[in-house]
Amino acid sequence: MFINNSGVDFTMIVDIQKLSVDYSGIKALDDISFGIAEGDFLGIIGPNGAGKSTLFHCMLGLRTQYDGTIKFFGQDIRDSRKYLSQVGFVPQKPVVDRNFPATIREVLSMSQNSSDSKKVDEALQKVWMHELADRRIGDLSVGQQQRVFIAKALVNSPKILVLDEPVTGIDQYNQDLFFQILGELNTKEKISIIWASHDLDAVERLASKVACLNKTLFFHGISEEFFSDDEMLKKYSETSMQMHMHHH
Amino acid sequence: MTFEAVSYESIPHALISGIAISLLCSVVGLFLVLRKFSLFGDALAHSAFGGVAFGLFIGIYPLWIACAVAILSALGLTKIRQKFDISGDAIVAILLSTGLGAGVILVSLTEDFEFHDIEEFLFGSAIVDTQNVVAILAMAGIILTILFFTYKKILYSTFSEEQAKASGIPVEKMSYLLIAMAGVTVVISMQLVGVLLISALFVLPNVSAMLYARSFKQTVILSMSFAVFATVSGIIMSYQFEIAQAGCIVLVAAAIFIGSLVAKGSGLVKTAGILAK
Ligand SMILES: Nc1ncnc2c1ncn2[C@@H]1O[C@H](COP(=O)(O)OP(=O)(O)OP(=O)(O)O)[C@@H](O)[C@H]1O
Ligand SMILES: [Mg+2]
Repeated sequence: MFINNSGVDFTMIVDIQKLSVDYSGIKALDDISFGIAEGDFLGIIGPNGAGKSTLFHCMLGLRTQYDGTIKFFGQDIRDSRKYLSQVGFVPQKPVVDRNFPATIREVLSMSQNSSDSKKVDEALQKVWMHELADRRIGDLSVGQQQRVFIAKALVNSPKILVLDEPVTGIDQYNQDLFFQILGELNTKEKISIIWASHDLDAVERLASKVACLNKTLFFHGISEEFFSDDEMLKKYSETSMQMHMHHH
Repeated sequence: MTFEAVSYESIPHALISGIAISLLCSVVGLFLVLRKFSLFGDALAHSAFGGVAFGLFIGIYPLWIACAVAILSALGLTKIRQKFDISGDAIVAILLSTGLGAGVILVSLTEDFEFHDIEEFLFGSAIVDTQNVVAILAMAGIILTILFFTYKKILYSTFSEEQAKASGIPVEKMSYLLIAMAGVTVVISMQLVGVLLISALFVLPNVSAMLYARSFKQTVILSMSFAVFATVSGIIMSYQFEIAQAGCIVLVAAAIFIGSLVAKGSGLVKTAGILAK
């Protein structure tokens, strides 16, 4: 049940072909190809330095120096940036300045041209933060701030939500809450989710598909297949170990 | 050297241009403060000083040269900063010292040079002629209008560069726009408070406002009120006691800040802010 990447498949809302990135000569991503279908909940797993954030930066137009092609909704992102209005992004470890003088409501309405307060309220409701809408963003806990960032990514009703390790440093209770919210967004709101993580357990529980990344993509497919394949898991932990030894 | 106090005839002009300048400085300054770029106004002013000296040297009305020099050098350095990953405070130091260095050399080269000319730009001038008042009002109007239409994008870029970029906001263009607006603001404000004291109007009202305000809107309104109050009362004090106007304005702004700290520290006002953390 592998997804065939070489054939043209019109149900793919994201299509990445032969993506390679290097940082001044050092390869961060090497010949990555995969697609994302509508409704997918894709967990991207890989150790530190595997290239997850780099992949996202290319997909979202934050990095334009790469080889290969990235298509959203059938269109090359080099040709048009319109697709970004359909994509919500939660960056890795978004840091909020404690003194930033804005309420949560104001933070959400920054993303909008009109001040449509209904959409802001709806987005806050989805992450159970509507009661705190008029608090200053800097007064929230890190976990609450994280939920605000998700609400911010949701406020323009995106079709795709991209999250870069959103639960680092968040306690178990809030992580579970967070996963529940993601699950609901995927099933109820039909938002496709792409989520980078090194928490294998959480990915196994939540994601319907898995992409396993470490410079190269060495698995992409149905979640159960990956987690029931001992060879795969072994290979994954081996490359992770190598990365660690390489780094220390 | 002699410092000028406000004279009776020049009060209306000083007040009108002073109010326009303080509104402008407080809003533009807010974005600089939020970007941890508080001293950027100072850096711009020092490079503008280089421009003023150059204008005096070649005999062209110095303010326009100052404007061009300040904006071009700031934009150039921002470009370099993005390319080579140099930190913001280093850029400020480079801009500040290079501008002043160039200015000092040019001043020493200018032959029929009167110290009064340069002093006016260093410490501000109490005399603003009608033509200048019109120019100040027009520039302030243009910049405040541009800000009204772009502040959400600039604020978003300030809040989270990564998320703003990923939602299609031209973050770099917004930075350039902000820098260009700051450059113009500095040059027109130089007439009121001078090169050396410009940071005061950019930073003090905003930091004071951020002690109290609970939202962005409140911050803007409070900061504007503090800035206007400081400027108006500074000008009146300067006239009353015959002391330097720029100094009066800055000291009132500093007094507001200290007063805010005391009020906050003693628990008179309960709001989140710098002290709370
Ligand atoms: N701006 C940069 N300049 C140079 N090298 C970089 C840069 N950003 C990332 N890299 C390198 O690219 C590789 C991939 O980094 P990336 O941040 O994409 O990994 P990641 O999978 O997101 O890691 P983590 O789990 O730690 O977030 C790393 O080896 C890193 O050193
Ligand atoms: Mg990362």
